[in-house]
Amino acid sequence: MGKWSRRAFITSGVAAGGVVVFGVAIRRGDRAGKVRELIAGPNDAIFDIWLKISPDNTVTAIVPHAEMGQGVHTTLAMMLADELDADWSKVSILEAPSDKEYANYALARGYAAGDIDFPAWLIDSVDGFLFRATQAMGLQITGGSTSVKTTGQIAMRVTGAATRAVLLEAAADEWQVPVDELTAQDSMILHTASERSASYASFATSAAKMRLPSKPVLKGSDQFRIMGTSPQRRDIPAKVDGSAKFGIDANLPGMKYAAVKGAPVFGGTVRSYDAESIQDMPGVRKVIDLDDAVAVVADGYWQAKQALDRLQVEFDDAGNSDWEQGNIFKQFSRDLDASAGAGDEDTDVATGDTAAALAGANQVINAEYRVPFLAHATMEPMNCTAWVHDGECELWLGTQNPFGFAKDAGDAIGIDADKVTVHNQYLGGGFGRRAFSDIAVQAARVAAEVHYPVKLVWSREEDTRHDHYRQASISRFQAGLDADGNALTWHNHYVNKYDPEEAPHIPYAIDNQRIVYTKSDTHVPWGFWRSVDHSLHAFFTESFIDEIAVAAGRDPYQYRRELLANEPRFRAVLDLAASKAGWGEALPNNVGRGISIHRSFGTIVAQVVDAQVVDGDVTVQRVVCAVDAGFAIHPDGMAAQMESGIAYGMTAALYGEISIRHGAVAQSNFHDYPMLRIDKAPVVETHIINSGESLGGAGEPGTPPIAPALTNAIYDATGIRIRELPVRLYDLSKPDRRETDVA
Amino acid sequence: MEYGEDIMISLNINGETHAIDVDPATPLLWVIRDYVGLTGTKFGCGIAQCGACTVHLNGAAIRSCVTPAQVAVGQQITTIEGVSKQRGLHPLQQAWIDEQVPQCGYCQSGQIMSAAALLEEYPSPSDAEIDRVMAGNICRCGTYPRIRKGIKRAAVAINALDKEPVSDG
Repeated sequence: MGKWSRRAFITSGVAAGGVVVFGVAIRRGDRAGKVRELIAGPNDAIFDIWLKISPDNTVTAIVPHAEMGQGVHTTLAMMLADELDADWSKVSILEAPSDKEYANYALARGYAAGDIDFPAWLIDSVDGFLFRATQAMGLQITGGSTSVKTTGQIAMRVTGAATRAVLLEAAADEWQVPVDELTAQDSMILHTASERSASYASFATSAAKMRLPSKPVLKGSDQFRIMGTSPQRRDIPAKVDGSAKFGIDANLPGMKYAAVKGAPVFGGTVRSYDAESIQDMPGVRKVIDLDDAVAVVADGYWQAKQALDRLQVEFDDAGNSDWEQGNIFKQFSRDLDASAGAGDEDTDVATGDTAAALAGANQVINAEYRVPFLAHATMEPMNCTAWVHDGECELWLGTQNPFGFAKDAGDAIGIDADKVTVHNQYLGGGFGRRAFSDIAVQAARVAAEVHYPVKLVWSREEDTRHDHYRQASISRFQAGLDADGNALTWHNHYVNKYDPEEAPHIPYAIDNQRIVYTKSDTHVPWGFWRSVDHSLHAFFTESFIDEIAVAAGRDPYQYRRELLANEPRFRAVLDLAASKAGWGEALPNNVGRGISIHRSFGTIVAQVVDAQVVDGDVTVQRVVCAVDAGFAIHPDGMAAQMESGIAYGMTAALYGEISIRHGAVAQSNFHDYPMLRIDKAPVVETHIINSGESLGGAGEPGTPPIAPALTNAIYDATGIRIRELPVRLYDLSKPDRRETDVA
Repeated sequence: MEYGEDIMISLNINGETHAIDVDPATPLLWVIRDYVGLTGTKFGCGIAQCGACTVHLNGAAIRSCVTPAQVAVGQQITTIEGVSKQRGLHPLQQAWIDEQVPQCGYCQSGQIMSAAALLEEYPSPSDAEIDRVMAGNICRCGTYPRIRKGIKRAAVAINALDKEPVSDG
């Protein structure tokens, strides 16, 4: 897989540097020459910014998203190649560089902020359909499980289909035959009647002069030849022989290294340190005050780290050292009480009349759940290599948001974002963490103080203690059941809402619903964490519906199923998971089975967990996962993302806990922030439904359902209802310490 | 010699000898990455908890992040770049491609190095043996089920190779 860089262009003279975010640039005279020179070889024909056809008939798909293991490069290229009817074996992939010269940065930023309309000069140059695609791709943000459903659907496929159309048109012109007598297949155009055939490349130059159709006809799923198959991912060979370059692998001539220690208490700043105490240590070059952190620059990383560890730094705590985890939960409870008392909660959902329905209920069930803060713990610790020279700044790192990083780094050192170039590398895990630019800002500030490139690497301890954390939360529920156990009401009140809005919603047909929330601020920085708010709300809602089913004396699967009578998509996913898992079969004494279902990012996922509990020790034996993302472009990649999302969510459910002590994060490394390991990793079976509904995401939707499926299974095995994560807080060898409050 | 002072040490990495001017107490990980320039070996935790830095010392899997470089002087060091003894890929590397194991890929050098040492000890490992030996390597993408499949596939491939008659030509 190629990486565009200006340097590569200068040395090789062939493929090249320069981002083109808007296809318009190539077709406008004032820029065409320069763009062409930068991104194309001498005989390449460029159709728009996402596709290049070379004289040897290879097609290059240019994808604007970061590869962090989700296979997005391969999947997006498949979508383009299928609509183009390209020969997949001759398709190569290039990640679009984020070079401001060709990215209309201000436009992208304005669009992101929602406060700008695209100027008329741009609109008249781009047809409507392609224009929307351009909007979606211009930002190059990787996250929110959006790559396939937005970039893939409205850009890659449209580009492929439109290009195919003009290639056919060019061939028809040249051969003087009607276009409908031509067939496109495997990067060739065929005219059966005259037994002529020629490569796409032979028509590329003339086709590039034609106007792309604004609404090219896209294939129906029955016409797909590449989509829906599982070709090998293109990024994998480099990931088995050590040659894949991650951010931490950047290497520049004359490069030095930096280690960093941030203020342990969030909001804190550097008060004092004695730089002289370490200046004679081997290799040490400079000690830099970054306001909220201290950096030591040395010839080697180990030298920088040794010196930093010896440096005594006093930090101010900004008055935040009183924060303790227990008090945070107490504050949440207090704020929930106060807000419920005052009736000033913010409302997510209000249907029917919960109070009246509750008054007529035969049985009322209350439960309170809580979850802790979580760190991302990407395997590759945060790092960034920065070089400030000639009034410009270059950054090498893996990022989910290159434009945002360029802006923030530029702002931090007082240069225009257009003078900041992000060289995006493979991401050693993203999960939302690499959408935050703090590391790029630090590296740019350090590099601005010296005249050589600097690779700044966080220790694992720094990474654990200076993350942007998934929020801790408390969520309270109350349900009223009629005499037959049917749910009349669903009342849910929780603290702190972020994103997405619909995360606490339930798919169940319960007439009277009130879902509300209350803000309760802490000093802990918040961040997107794989599936964001869904990661907690699925645990809350799918645990509580399970409690309702138990209270009603009903089977948890059947109970859900009945409440999904008007949701056929949900029901099909639930049924598939249950039937593949053998729901209802007898299980050994110490094994429990739990089920859950949740929709996030447009994708519905149901999971059934078989959990064995022996002497209080939980082993997840098997997870059966059913998923409907509309259509699985790359089914094996979809399965891989389900496996991955399950492992990520299971790690959090079993072990994940970041706690606050004296205002700082108490955990530091994998010994006290443990991860799922292979000896506890379950067998995962994924079953895919291609419902044909609009495409959903894949990277995140596997995560939300696993925690409740697991804790419901633990309940089934032990009778212990887990209402607080992580599971390891509970002694599962003893009876439940908190019974459901049944009124 | 004073603490922290650089001296010239000689390390044999993947069959090549490297003379390196470095504090011999520096963890082998940083010497391999920053002084020799082989970046396939990764930094993950620095305290031998995650296995991303796994290399072989005389064929045994070790955590290079906690192994001082001086320990490796005069020994045979093997990294992911040199794990394949034949031309082309090691059977584990091929199995990793066949099973589409890696996602982000960051931990996979360490996984493959641990798995290679495992197969030396257990040519046909059971699930329990895989779990015991591989539990030192963390993968945040959760590729564990595929790692298991990859190891078993590679074991079959290696055992099949071993059974082939030895050519004398």
